[in-house]
Amino acid sequence: MSARVLPWCLLLALAWGARAEIPLAERRSGYLDMGQATRAMQDDDATNPATLWVLDGEALWARKAGSAALACADCHQDLRGVAARHPAYDAATGRLVNLEQRINQCRTVRQQAPALAYESRALLALTAYVGRQSRGMPIQVEASERTKPFLEAGRATFLRRQGQLNLACTQCHDERAGRRLAGVAIPQGHPTAYPIYRLEWQGVGSLHRRLRNCMIGIRAEPYALGAPEYVELELYLMWRARDMPLESPGVRP
Amino acid sequence: MARVVVTVPDRARRGEILQIRTLAGHDMETGFRHTQTGERIPRDIITRFACSYNGVEVFSADLHPAMAANPLIEFTTVATESGTLEFRWTGDNGYSAAHSVSIRVD
Repeated sequence: MSARVLPWCLLLALAWGARAEIPLAERRSGYLDMGQATRAMQDDDATNPATLWVLDGEALWARKAGSAALACADCHQDLRGVAARHPAYDAATGRLVNLEQRINQCRTVRQQAPALAYESRALLALTAYVGRQSRGMPIQVEASERTKPFLEAGRATFLRRQGQLNLACTQCHDERAGRRLAGVAIPQGHPTAYPIYRLEWQGVGSLHRRLRNCMIGIRAEPYALGAPEYVELELYLMWRARDMPLESPGVRP
Repeated sequence: MARVVVTVPDRARRGEILQIRTLAGHDMETGFRHTQTGERIPRDIITRFACSYNGVEVFSADLHPAMAANPLIEFTTVATESGTLEFRWTGDNGYSAAHSVSIRVD
């Protein structure tokens, strides 16, 4: 590369870096891109199909499980804000855990019951039940020294081109958000409503299922559900959506 | 297992139009899909929904394949007298769910 071209390339790289992130005030939830009918469906618990999962979760919450014969309700009373704080750093293991993994951790360590399979009906139901109690609260994940390596790893995944289509998350969800892909509005990709009832799925699914969807879309090999790479990306996405209100469990088209 | 959510106002004035919303948890497997090994997944749907008001059927619906999972059925009826509204869903493989709500009409 000649000496004349190099500074221009650097300048371009800087400009690209500068416009990559969406300004805080311009962030919008995917909710605002939905039709009137789908929004109304989410807003009313009587029509939001995820209510069926929330009620299942409520029943599971009160049921004793495992050899310790403990129900979730025996230890936990106030769950407000819990979903808005995950993924969180777990000091005991030194790992980053999301809400699903926190529930399973409680199951295996305290209830001494087998862990629930990721994406199983029971785990989604419990996650939806816990998520429901943080609805309307601002997302506030911990951004500190101890979560920094995970946050940076998540950001790196978001910015890294991958798959046969050689696309990075940022190219659609930062740079081209609000434009259209095959007639469908590209959302900014804020994880404000998980677990979601997705009309396309005809059921409730987790953020990791949705991430897997995008990975397949760009023809990359998806990670396993609950993989550390997804949890790191989840932390970055939640940090990116910081202070936005949680809508869990939401409805998406 | 068969979970349903029914929303009805608990009291109304005589002659008022009642807005009733019902949500039933069901996969509504169409019978047209195949597994990855090519076997057909048998049909498993809700086939009928009915609502009776003090024993008189006021609304019913036949459901068919290709209706959405967890069907939401919204309808209206006129509040005539105090009593109970009974809801019943029946379907393939012996599926049956029932729910009743009492309503006070002044």
